[in-house]
Amino acid sequence: MRLVGANIAIERGGRRLFSDLSFAAAAGEALIVTGPNGAGKSSLLRAIAGLLRVAAGAVVLEGGDDELRLGEQAHYLGHADALKGALTARENLEFWAAMLGAEKTPADARTGPMPIGAALDRLGLAHVVDFPVNFLSAGQRRRVALARLLVAYRPLWLLDEPTSALDAAAQARLGEIMRAHLAGGGMIVAATHAPLGLDGRELKLGAQELIGS
Amino acid sequence: MKSAATALFMREWRIARRIGGGASTGAVFFLILVALMPFAIGPDLNLLARIGPAILWIAALLSTLLGLDRLFQGDEEDGSLDLLAQARLPLEVVVLVKCAAHWTAGVLPLIVVSPLFGLMLALDAQALGLVAASLLVGTPALTMIGAIGAALTVSLRRGGLLMAVLVLPLTIPVLIFGVSAASAASGGAAPLLAPFLALAALSLAALAGAPFAAAAALRLAGE
Repeated sequence: MRLVGANIAIERGGRRLFSDLSFAAAAGEALIVTGPNGAGKSSLLRAIAGLLRVAAGAVVLEGGDDELRLGEQAHYLGHADALKGALTARENLEFWAAMLGAEKTPADARTGPMPIGAALDRLGLAHVVDFPVNFLSAGQRRRVALARLLVAYRPLWLLDEPTSALDAAAQARLGEIMRAHLAGGGMIVAATHAPLGLDGRELKLGAQELIGS
Repeated sequence: MKSAATALFMREWRIARRIGGGASTGAVFFLILVALMPFAIGPDLNLLARIGPAILWIAALLSTLLGLDRLFQGDEEDGSLDLLAQARLPLEVVVLVKCAAHWTAGVLPLIVVSPLFGLMLALDAQALGLVAASLLVGTPALTMIGAIGAALTVSLRRGGLLMAVLVLPLTIPVLIFGVSAASAASGGAAPLLAPFLALAALSLAALAGAPFAAAAALRLAGE
């Protein structure tokens, strides 16, 4: 499986953020997107997720499921946590597991979906599983959102600032989880300013702009 | 796919029934609107009985739309909408399931209590039954048309009023056939069956068409 982006251009509000961006990541590889604020890191992730139309170029998942769109094979973790405050952590995760999970795990996947209790335990949240999310701190909510990546299996993870609001211990746990996902043949595209504890190729945005000016 | 739809329905239902969900607010709003009418019109029982079905229908229309502006907005604000667009369940089905949950949690209680409120307007037994029946057949159309408005205004912070402005003119046909079906017993102009069938047709057409319109609006809002 291989994620390939060719000659991508993205426009926001009539302004071209970047053009002719090409990248590739094979199974087990991570792509770290860096760049100054406003360089288009989040827009690139949203474009790969299929939430934003690209002005030119295309992103494809070679060797993926031909019947599914790219967005249906990817987990997207944005700035918002996508959790309902009135529901408990377990209810939120049960919902997303049913919504985002596959009916059956693909045969070539080495890691399947994880039970909800085990996923929260992995993120050090076993004690808040039956708490309404409204009563959790920002870092705890972020960790529940990260547990979503584990309860439904999707080969490609698109992570936008995954470490925001996380303490040092939780960042280390996230690093472990991401390395395990890569070791299982998954792919990660992460936009970040902070080091993730992850070996990966760096994709620098905003560089052309500097050359141009 | 079936389990994803069930999970979505259960989630919407739970959120609506929990504190701050506002499912019962619609029924209370309905009660207040109906209770206000005799104060405004006066205690003329014949007049109230004659316009009672119309009052109940307008009250039902307004309270149905009341809860609808938040149908997609909560999901847009907390990022859930992006993920719903990434699910294997088509966005059109997501819209349909959310509307079904909203209708069951917010509108159905209102229909159940409508005969009780009709008593305050001096309606006779047959008219009470007809109002409830016409609401049962006609309110799905209101919910589905309202969903289009809710999807169009999803990214506007104070889109509630704009949504009502967009949607209310589209609900006129439903209101016309709904009231004429409900008032057929109390000496209305039209026979009973024709307006009921027209009302059912409006609901079915809205059920078939609105999910596509609302899903298209939601996809655009995500960009």
